[in-house]
Amino acid sequence: MSKILEAGRAGALEAAPARRPFRLAAFFDRESTFSWLMLTPPLLFLLAFLGYPFIYGVYLSFFQKEVARAPVFVGFGNFVKLYNDPIFWQAVRNTIIFTGVATIFKASGGLGMALVMNQSFKMKAFTRAALLLPFIVPTVLSTVAWQWILDPGMGLFNRLLMVTHLAERGPSWLGTPTMAMISIIMVNTWRGLPFFGISILAGLQTIPVDLHESATIDGAGTWGRFRYVTLPALMPVILIVTVFSIVITFFDFQLVYVLTGGGPANSTHLMATYAYSLSMGAGQMGLGSAVALSMVPVLGLLLVALTFFVRKD
Amino acid sequence: MVGELTWQKRLVGLWLPLSGFLVVALFPFTWMAATSLKTNAELYDPKASPLSIHHPSLVHYIDLLKETNFLVWIGNTMLVAAIATGISLLLGAMLAYPLARMRFRGGALLAVAVAVTYLIPQTLLFVPMADLIGKMHLGNTLTAVMLTYPTLLVPFIAWLLMGYFKTVPKELEEQAMIDGASRWRAMTRIILPLCLPGFLSAGIFAFTLSQNEFLYALLFLTKSSVRTVPIGVVGELIRGDAFYWGQLMAGALLGSIPVALIYSFFVKYYVAGLTAGAVKG
Repeated sequence: MSKILEAGRAGALEAAPARRPFRLAAFFDRESTFSWLMLTPPLLFLLAFLGYPFIYGVYLSFFQKEVARAPVFVGFGNFVKLYNDPIFWQAVRNTIIFTGVATIFKASGGLGMALVMNQSFKMKAFTRAALLLPFIVPTVLSTVAWQWILDPGMGLFNRLLMVTHLAERGPSWLGTPTMAMISIIMVNTWRGLPFFGISILAGLQTIPVDLHESATIDGAGTWGRFRYVTLPALMPVILIVTVFSIVITFFDFQLVYVLTGGGPANSTHLMATYAYSLSMGAGQMGLGSAVALSMVPVLGLLLVALTFFVRKD
Repeated sequence: MVGELTWQKRLVGLWLPLSGFLVVALFPFTWMAATSLKTNAELYDPKASPLSIHHPSLVHYIDLLKETNFLVWIGNTMLVAAIATGISLLLGAMLAYPLARMRFRGGALLAVAVAVTYLIPQTLLFVPMADLIGKMHLGNTLTAVMLTYPTLLVPFIAWLLMGYFKTVPKELEEQAMIDGASRWRAMTRIILPLCLPGFLSAGIFAFTLSQNEFLYALLFLTKSSVRTVPIGVVGELIRGDAFYWGQLMAGALLGSIPVALIYSFFVKYYVAGLTAGAVKG
């Protein structure tokens, strides 16, 4: 019995004199052997289906690669081309605006949702499930519904504007560059807000009640308690959810692909949809990969900007 | 007087904003349902009120099921999501268990490396991935997406499960091993069963993510009979520039129902998975 225990401890075998025989069972029970045996299959899988495509994708971004042709090495040629491409810079700008503005809306709206939900009322579990629905339903399906809501002629929004006589003719929600950007940010906010709401609610429920009580005794009002007790306690949760949401929003592809296809006139392309349209639409896979690779430093900059913003606060 | 004040407070502080959030969250679904149940004549009548239905009809649903492979797409989506989730849970657990509970060289580095894979753009991977799928002769097979979805799911599942695995005290495993169990037996018989809620959370989360996946399905599944719901709806219900809104909304609603149903059974675990990273981290 004690032999197994000793052998189980990683260093025990080496430390013991040589008289102890090598035992296979004990070998497999070593933490390092056991770990690497467990890790090998998933790591091999990730190397084959994530590592290899990643390296090949980086490689492609230094080549001129067109459909059914052998790649030709162009060095930084693709990146130079992108540097001089106004649509690329438009896509970079759009991605930053889309990610930044939508995240701010989602975070503030989600905080509001959490504060409202953090009261006791009947059917709370049911309400929470209903509020999360936009986040559950496949993005493409809800986005198609939004496309119909935003339809300039017969869509819900413009019909409601007409019925209530708020406007003679509603705006062309997806037809002008500015309105189309506003629309994609709106739809992304609709979908992602519950994620913030429900996560922050979970954070709220971990704040001890006596913190609020002692703040009240010290004379803090509702606002004071929110500003000096609730908000600081929530900051770690908000921060993690924000980072997570920035990454997801930054890589968003399907919403824009379905809602505007990057149009009108390339004005709503995100870097992801532009990379796709270069690779698949124009058949320039090297250039498309270069756009995709450029996403990494831009995302890095956004996350660094967030850190500075938080530090200043 | 006091009671009245509380009542007003409840109205302004709870009921009004809460109904606001509910209306915003749910009106697109109402609009889907209303559209899908109207005849085309009523749907495109500019004088009709947009949200009321005068002559409900199932014509769009019947057309959808008759003219397209919609039920096949639903079946494909479910099958792919179930298998991709299963593979991902298995691989994710194998990755998470040592990283969370064992001490070995390179463990910390590996944990970071797994997290960093989140930052790889899917748009950088899809051309090489298509190449890989082509070389394996898996184009237009469901296997293509069953194999590629786990690349998106495993890192996430591993991170989620690591949180759960860490909560089980190490003494439990040591005690089992003192009692003669091998490390493998201690894991499968004692530690993993304790982490069942973690598996449920990760599983339901991965399942909804699989149903939502779009890019790989768009690239690898071009034949109608192998499509998933999102790709089928976008690829076949939108025909050129003509939108058949009645049918599209019927498809969007029908396609959402299975996910919503499964989610409603496991909502507790879904929320636990959603908030695990944020609250524990």
